[in-house]
Amino acid sequence: MSGYLIRRFFLMLVTLFGISVVIFVMLRLVPGNITDIIFDSAGFVNPKQKQRIERELGLDQPIVTQYARWIGGLARGDLGYAYVSEKPAIREIAPRIPVTARLAGLALVFSTLFGVTLGVLSAVRQDTALDYVLRVVSLSGLSLPSFWLGLLILMACVQWFGWIPIYRSTPESFWKELGLLAIPAAAVGFRSSALVMRLTRSSMLEVLRQDYVRTARAKGASERSVNYRHALANALLPVVTIVGIEAAFLIGGLIVTETVFNIPGVARFLVEAIRWRDYPIVQNLVMFIALVVVLVNFIVDMLYVALDPRIKFGN
Amino acid sequence: MSAPMPAPMLAVEGLQTRFYTRAGTVKAVDGVSFTLGRGETLAIVGESGCGKSVTALSLMRLVADPPGRIVAGSVRLEGTELLALDEAAMRRVRGKLISMIFQEPMTSLNPVMTIGRQIGESLVLHEGLSRNAALGRAVELLQLVGIPEPAQRAREYPHQLSGGMRQRAMIAMALACRPRVLIADEPTSALDVTIQAQILELIGRLQRSLGTAMIMITHDLGVVAEIAERVIVMYAGRKVEEAPVGELFARPLHPYTRGLMNSIPRGAARLQEIPGIVPALSNLPPGCAFAPRCPQASPKCTSKEIPYEEKRPGHWAACLYA
Amino acid sequence: MQTTLYFVRRYPLGAIGAAIMAIFVLTALFAGTIAPFDPTATDASASLARPGGVHLLGADFMGRDVFSRIVHGARISLAVGLCATALGCLIGVAIGLASGYLGGSFDLLVQRLIDILQSLPLLVMALVMAASLGPSLTNTIVAIAIPLVPNVARIIRSNTLALREMPFVEAARAVGMGEVRVALVHVLPNTLAPLIVLATAQVGSAILVESALSFLGLGIPEPHPSWGRMLSESAAEYVRTAPWLVIYPGLAISLVVFGTNLLGDAVRDALDPRLRR
Repeated sequence: MSGYLIRRFFLMLVTLFGISVVIFVMLRLVPGNITDIIFDSAGFVNPKQKQRIERELGLDQPIVTQYARWIGGLARGDLGYAYVSEKPAIREIAPRIPVTARLAGLALVFSTLFGVTLGVLSAVRQDTALDYVLRVVSLSGLSLPSFWLGLLILMACVQWFGWIPIYRSTPESFWKELGLLAIPAAAVGFRSSALVMRLTRSSMLEVLRQDYVRTARAKGASERSVNYRHALANALLPVVTIVGIEAAFLIGGLIVTETVFNIPGVARFLVEAIRWRDYPIVQNLVMFIALVVVLVNFIVDMLYVALDPRIKFGN
Repeated sequence: MSAPMPAPMLAVEGLQTRFYTRAGTVKAVDGVSFTLGRGETLAIVGESGCGKSVTALSLMRLVADPPGRIVAGSVRLEGTELLALDEAAMRRVRGKLISMIFQEPMTSLNPVMTIGRQIGESLVLHEGLSRNAALGRAVELLQLVGIPEPAQRAREYPHQLSGGMRQRAMIAMALACRPRVLIADEPTSALDVTIQAQILELIGRLQRSLGTAMIMITHDLGVVAEIAERVIVMYAGRKVEEAPVGELFARPLHPYTRGLMNSIPRGAARLQEIPGIVPALSNLPPGCAFAPRCPQASPKCTSKEIPYEEKRPGHWAACLYA
Repeated sequence: MQTTLYFVRRYPLGAIGAAIMAIFVLTALFAGTIAPFDPTATDASASLARPGGVHLLGADFMGRDVFSRIVHGARISLAVGLCATALGCLIGVAIGLASGYLGGSFDLLVQRLIDILQSLPLLVMALVMAASLGPSLTNTIVAIAIPLVPNVARIIRSNTLALREMPFVEAARAVGMGEVRVALVHVLPNTLAPLIVLATAQVGSAILVESALSFLGLGIPEPHPSWGRMLSESAAEYVRTAPWLVIYPGLAISLVVFGTNLLGDAVRDALDPRLRR
């Protein structure tokens, strides 16, 4: 068991390493760097100045060296300097993380609660009107672009409440912040909840087909006991894995929703940094995102091992 | 009907179960009647698809609806008509008055619940025991079915037990509330041959000591010979023959029964197969369903309904030439 | 005709999805004839015109007709979505097939790569690629296609692994067929069914990613009309004053994706070996 844990951890590190290489390469596919942008917008090119800036930023070094410097810095916790603001990257990134974390957490709670409940309901009442309605709703949830949903919600707020949920600086109280974040969280969470609902439904249906459900009925267990005590416990195991898939799904939604609602989070910052070709920020942010996804999946794996007796007490 | 006995434990009359599928209506059980006496062991024999399992599921009203439905007949357990009960009342019967053992112990046990809890569940449900008391009884039951270290086993999960032990646990689960009738649906088919004999012996022993009547569903004539007192042979959803076990083996009347007996390997003698295949139950021809494969068939066999008659004392068959 | 009716009756939702797709495809093909205005033509006098009359769905800040832009946008969005999916599937199939079939260290390497690439959300990868490649139509297609590859490769690979051991493949080898031929003639056709299911599911994702990229300003550039970009240009500012700028482009995106999802579900149910008679 612990051998499995160690192996998984090691694998995680290897994956992260691979991701860093891929990110680094992806950003440098096309020749040209930030100095080109700076000079492009200025309108003329001063080769001497360009060279000087390049040397300052370390862009004149061979690619491999640049990569090594970045990775070395990461290991030490030094994320380098942002091109645009010239402040240490970590001072740009770190303060923006808590907001995104809270938004993501809220969205996750929302989508898991709704998704699992509705998915189970839909499976237990298979082929009834409720089931069809829920399936159509979930399918439309998956078809809506989340930024459009955000815009629509914004529009609704303005039309009906005459108010836009604006997130300026850190609000006074915890509850006020939660309230402000609830609306964008709903926008992000809606798509995820549709995914979770569909996956939970199919997992539950699969379980309800099993022999041991028939055995439970043969013992005289009530439908409710069969559904919630026997079937659900088994159906929830894959749902735990689903939460891992959700995490990656959620991040895409965060990016656009933070943009729509103007939330000063890490996801919106990524877009801004990309527009500016601010490589240090982009690299580190994408690395951070990858780290979060990989970590979440790792935790989910561990959870699964802890919950499934077939693995925990394997032979 | 069976020989005069005290009122039968279970009386089934004209049971008809149909499956409504896209390909047509399947008459899985087409007018089956039989009785089961107190403490008696009845075997229902036939090939796959003859309707024996569906009969068993129908008795417990466990047939999935849709697509299946019991369309006619009567099932009386100690005088109570089971088909007329509402679902809540039927649930009180299941596991308490009638229980069932299934063929595949691995898939029939909940993988995420401990053995002890699964066995104890019927006790909690039907006898109102507390969880702890039920667990204690479960351990006793595990001992009764011959599982070593029962207290330890009760805390384990199904995948930690071997196939034979899992089936023993299933038996313990089924007998927990001391039901009047036990239905065993091919309980040994998924087990190793060596374990099969042990399990059969266990079932027989427990049944006798608890006085439970049993319906043994099987395709294996060896099992029938071992354990049954009376036998019903089914084909294409209907009964074709019925007799006490000794009588059936000594003098099989229906050509199908004879065919079944001939296909048991016996020393160096050549195996005789029954030619043809079981007909599709959605499209049965009139008359005897076995006629297309029967060596003795004549045009009379397919022209009208074949009566099910007592050909010898206590020995019934549906064949014009028996 | 008979078979069409059969499919409609058996998969009503799928039929609806197919109908929706057909409408959009036809709109895209005949955009020139259907759209009353040139999508890029500005008209200051019609700025922010309300829906109705000459501008069926209203006009934007620059007086461009929304309806025409949506119609022409169909062409772009569908083209990009379909091309990106096709490209992604092509590459993914090639890699998955090779990896599953050849096995060994090549397979191991590919597996690691797939794991790595799947740790990044679709949009993030597409963003980075789009940003690094620069804004253009082809670059957008590539930027969306590449992130789709790992998923396709993974599924095709596991299919190939399973098929490789099947008796008919061994039989083909036993007859002396070369490995490449076996792979192409025997293994590939049998991966077609799950591939079709996968591809129909991916088209929806591709269209959504393209709209998100364009919304963020990193996707399809001017002058091509794109539904996603129509939404970004009108974002929070016009939410109160010109809601039609927000509603219609988004509705178009949602409908198309909804259609592909319906169709995809039906295709999956139709091709699922377990549900097949």
